[in-house]
Amino acid sequence: MRRYLRVLSSFWRTSLLSELEYRLNFLLAVLSSLGHAVGNFFGLSLFYHGQGSLGGWPFFQALLVMGVFTTLSGLSRVLLTPNLQRIVEHARTGTLDFVLIKPIDSQFWLSTRRISPWGIPDVVFGLSMIGYAAHRLSLPATSLLWALVPLSWSCVIQYSLWFTLASIAIWYVKVHNVTEVLNGLLAAGRYPIDALPPGAYRFVFTFIVPVALLTTVPARVALAQATPGWLALAAAFALGAFLFSRAFWRFALRYYTSASS
Amino acid sequence: MSTLPKRALGKWRALCAVSLANMLEYRAEIYLWVLASVLPLILLGVWSRAAQSGAFALSSVEFIRYFICVFVVRQFTFIWVIWEFEELVVSGNLSHQLLQPLNPVWRFLAGHLTERVVRLPLVAGVVGLCFALYPAAFWLPRPMDVLRATALLGLAFIARFWLQYMMSMLAFWSERAAAIEELWFTVHLFLSGMIAPLDVYPESVRRFAELTPFPYLIYHPVNLLLGREVNLQRALLVLAAWGALAFLVQRRLWKRGLERYSAMGS
Repeated sequence: MRRYLRVLSSFWRTSLLSELEYRLNFLLAVLSSLGHAVGNFFGLSLFYHGQGSLGGWPFFQALLVMGVFTTLSGLSRVLLTPNLQRIVEHARTGTLDFVLIKPIDSQFWLSTRRISPWGIPDVVFGLSMIGYAAHRLSLPATSLLWALVPLSWSCVIQYSLWFTLASIAIWYVKVHNVTEVLNGLLAAGRYPIDALPPGAYRFVFTFIVPVALLTTVPARVALAQATPGWLALAAAFALGAFLFSRAFWRFALRYYTSASS
Repeated sequence: MSTLPKRALGKWRALCAVSLANMLEYRAEIYLWVLASVLPLILLGVWSRAAQSGAFALSSVEFIRYFICVFVVRQFTFIWVIWEFEELVVSGNLSHQLLQPLNPVWRFLAGHLTERVVRLPLVAGVVGLCFALYPAAFWLPRPMDVLRATALLGLAFIARFWLQYMMSMLAFWSERAAAIEELWFTVHLFLSGMIAPLDVYPESVRRFAELTPFPYLIYHPVNLLLGREVNLQRALLVLAAWGALAFLVQRRLWKRGLERYSAMGS
């Protein structure tokens, strides 16, 4: 465990150093995130003109969901996205060999090798939205702390979905497009699940692309409105998805034939 | 005199044929792009449901039609040249293209045009699925509206292409030119009418959006398809002006950039 932590810290230090070369671009990323945050806030407010509402959620409760969504997508830009290109390159050129012979878990190595600061502004703006919404709803600090538990499940679910799709790189090098489909679908997570029409929409966004578990459940916990059924579903999904991602990676490796074969 | 356009046309047709074959080969990738742009369909669900309880400028069914049209319009105005161009410059592969007696931009343009054709079947499938989910929303735009929308969409495509190609030229100066496109897209997302029809915007924001080129890329073409009133002449003029401006700037930047590129000299 200590070894893994030491490896992790050197991975992150080196990749941060290499990204710091692009300072102007970081400024652009901050502006872009700010634009997104302002736009999303504005977009949400549009639903509340003329007695409208989002599936019965008052504005600041819905803002909480939006904050969780923004934080999660920022985290995924920091931790997950920068590793994808690497995985593809390793699979394509055959350098995955060198990863596989290292005395360290290959899934760990591939998922943590790089981080990128580009998503940090999103995390900051997401947390600010949560803070502002919590302040306006005068939520007690303890419920916010409790919400960290389902939020950690959300991180696990998002990671597992992402890594399972990234494993497809063993067969299909254009896997970037596959993860873009995932990102496109995850965009539904900026709204509470009740904002979506019942039926096909809710089924897809609860069980297939589980944005209901990713963002609505943590928000519900913060609001002290969570039901045991939803919590159990989220916890089970997190565990199941993580185990599946590990099993799927091992399955994919069986088809890995290195370069020139 | 008459042989020159004829030869240019011949080259263009060959370019398109090659490009189409290439795009058909990568159709799986293109289909994934179509599926990645489902945001309008998510908003379709959210807005149509919100309109059942709230009082908005559009009814539930109108929202459904609006976002189906946004999905379709976006498929035709989606431009990706900046990522390809950045890759060409950063990797140095631009050099190979410069050896040919053809400006690489025509290759990109042919790629974008033929890629639209490959998209069509899946776009039609998705639209069919939406109507299957919401049979009440089914409608056929009037042929005249389709014609007018096609003209506007064609110009929107050209204008957007030159605007992005202009920004691509920054790749000669920065390794991450695509970051500027991300910033542009953020503004585009919220001012073009992609997240909601401008009718539900507060008056001041709406007036501000109308001053930018963004609504002409999504909102106005969609309104044409829906048979709503649109000042077509003004829309065509605005897009033509932006397209022409971007075209001229792009040409200057291309020349300057090439000097710099050769100065870097691999």
